[in-house]
Amino acid sequence: MTPRGWDTPADLEKDPATIPDPSEVEVPAALREEIEQHMSHYPDRRSATLPALAAAQRLHGWCSPEAIEQVASVMRLTPAYLESVASFYDMLETSPRGRHSIYVCTNISCSLCGADELYAAFAARAGEGVGEEPLNVRSFECLGACDIAPMASVDGVYIGPLTTEDVPRVLEDLRAGRDVLPEKQLARRLVADPHANSREFPEHPVHRLTLPFDPEVPPERAAFGPPMGALEEDAADPPAAIEPQPEHHEEDAS
Amino acid sequence: MAAPAQTPILLLADIDEPGLATREVYERRGGYESLRRALAMTPEQVLAELEASGLRGRGGAGFAMGKKVSFLPKGSIEKYLVCNADESEPGTFKDRELMQKTPHTLIEGIVIASYAAGAARSFIYIRGEYVLQADVLDAALVEARQAGYIGENILGSGHTLSLVVHRGAGAYICGEETGLLDSLEGKRGNPRLKPPFPANQGLYQGPTLINNVETLATAPTIIRMGGAEYAKLGTETSTGTKVVSVSGHVQRPGNYEVELGIPSREIIYGLAGGPREGRAIKCWFPGGSSSPVLTAEDLDIPYDFDSLGKAGSMLGSGAIIVVDDTTPILDVAMKTAKFYRHESCGKCTPCREGTNWTVKMLERIDAGEATPMDLEIMASVQEHIIGNCLCVLGDAMAMPIGSMIAKFREEFEAHIERARMLRGVSDVAGSDFALAAQGALQEHPDGRLAPIGAGEQAPGEHRGEPGTQKGGA
Repeated sequence: MTPRGWDTPADLEKDPATIPDPSEVEVPAALREEIEQHMSHYPDRRSATLPALAAAQRLHGWCSPEAIEQVASVMRLTPAYLESVASFYDMLETSPRGRHSIYVCTNISCSLCGADELYAAFAARAGEGVGEEPLNVRSFECLGACDIAPMASVDGVYIGPLTTEDVPRVLEDLRAGRDVLPEKQLARRLVADPHANSREFPEHPVHRLTLPFDPEVPPERAAFGPPMGALEEDAADPPAAIEPQPEHHEEDAS
Repeated sequence: MAAPAQTPILLLADIDEPGLATREVYERRGGYESLRRALAMTPEQVLAELEASGLRGRGGAGFAMGKKVSFLPKGSIEKYLVCNADESEPGTFKDRELMQKTPHTLIEGIVIASYAAGAARSFIYIRGEYVLQADVLDAALVEARQAGYIGENILGSGHTLSLVVHRGAGAYICGEETGLLDSLEGKRGNPRLKPPFPANQGLYQGPTLINNVETLATAPTIIRMGGAEYAKLGTETSTGTKVVSVSGHVQRPGNYEVELGIPSREIIYGLAGGPREGRAIKCWFPGGSSSPVLTAEDLDIPYDFDSLGKAGSMLGSGAIIVVDDTTPILDVAMKTAKFYRHESCGKCTPCREGTNWTVKMLERIDAGEATPMDLEIMASVQEHIIGNCLCVLGDAMAMPIGSMIAKFREEFEAHIERARMLRGVSDVAGSDFALAAQGALQEHPDGRLAPIGAGEQAPGEHRGEPGTQKGGA
């Protein structure tokens, strides 16, 4: 089925979309599980909106109407609410984009060091795409890595300082599914302060950071106790919509 | 810590030690001992230490951390602690380094602060772009739970705390505390009206303590040293050390830990190596792009909250951005204004419209459609933004732009004239530009105007060379 885009004109005769009926929306099991896990972390399940939309975007490539509907079905929120949130945040895409993204920081510090030329170089080659997928090249506001200016975040991996000559290598690595420009990754960079590291370490600190994660151990659901919203109780019966209720519950005096 | 005596390194000590992100290495270095010590004290005693330290918030506003904790109501009401890791201020990257390399310091600080505040639930709101840092924090959190530093009845003290790493999705405004709370509740990140302040009514309407990563990460040090001892560092009103992010036109950009109150020159020239060979500093932002710019004349101002405030700027998030004389001030103003235009959430009119019109007026200048009178209008737009919005995002554009117009007025005027000349509408008889139009002057590749055949002059002639500007405010 071809995705219905946001560009289609609104049908003013139609009632606004309500919370989707769970029996009518097919949600991939992995996505459902991930969203439910996020919801269990918070006293109010609505807090899981951002992680849930991010998870749906990873699956669908963007916050498509289908993606929004699936999240709405699991979270018991209206699609309009989710779309209003998705359209606020830079990292949630509300139009089809490539699955691979290159964010080039073009804020002050990076642009003082030549980020605008770097962005132009990436943008010029964005059309080539990665395999079948288009490539999502964007100029981004400060990514918080001015020490490696000018820099880019390639699928979330920070690399810099870059020159326009690095552009072909980055695209090559991305297409080959390799680690992108390993020698320029932020993860390997030492702190600039000469006084910070006082001793000689036994082995050289320059290595790719390995996470002390045991992939076998599932992330914990909640640290303790049932969430304030008592999600477990609601699990059998889908809870009512959040929006129609008053925003804030005042403490009842009675 | 065998660092030179004049530079106490507290936060960045041996930060590149392999495996510091793991609990094993962190504990070997004395990690979580401050937590044990804090839990042996009463929450009031911990609070007293934090207050005695005089630690001021490292996120931008510089509000005393201990005082903020003390504002939370006492009693068994459900309270929250939120760590603001949505580090998005242009030029700032200190929290990134701390979270990535020593996540347990932050976790330990959060547990200590939550104990003092009586909060049982805590969240780290980290910006979505920091993928690596969020993964590192998640991994560290699993270790901390396994060791019983997070969870029920921490180390037998009866204190209970849950901690969740919440990833944002890219919005500068979510670094504003109330915008962050809305975002954490799953809404658009619009700031709220204050008061009520988060200490009374914050996350889920409950009392909430919000602190920056660096502030919380300092808590273990304060407990280890003792508040009074920590307060001896720095100046009387700006105590302790601060991680300063230096970037832009410097030779060695990066994070440096300095004792507050050292001359700014020492940071920019001593630590970061100063501007590139043969260049001079034109202006610098002392505390992220939201702080009014200072010039080369201001380099001897001590780097602390009050001295910078007195000089008409602010310490902000402790991010120094250096701009040298090769960059036209208009470019800097344009980048700054466009950033705030993009990031304005649109809730308050002065900010939404003010940022937009400022960009449009700067574009007019560049297109040769402006007159010097536009500078007055632009300056007045800035004045009308300041103090008229729910949050300070608009102010954060108005202050630096206002300071640029005030300090680099001649350059703005020259730019207006040159752009008008290039468009063929200059009417100032005898000006450089009129002469250029008559063919008496020519434009050099770097943008300077000089008599034909005059050869190379010192750079910076028409570009607001440092020293020719009026500094201070």
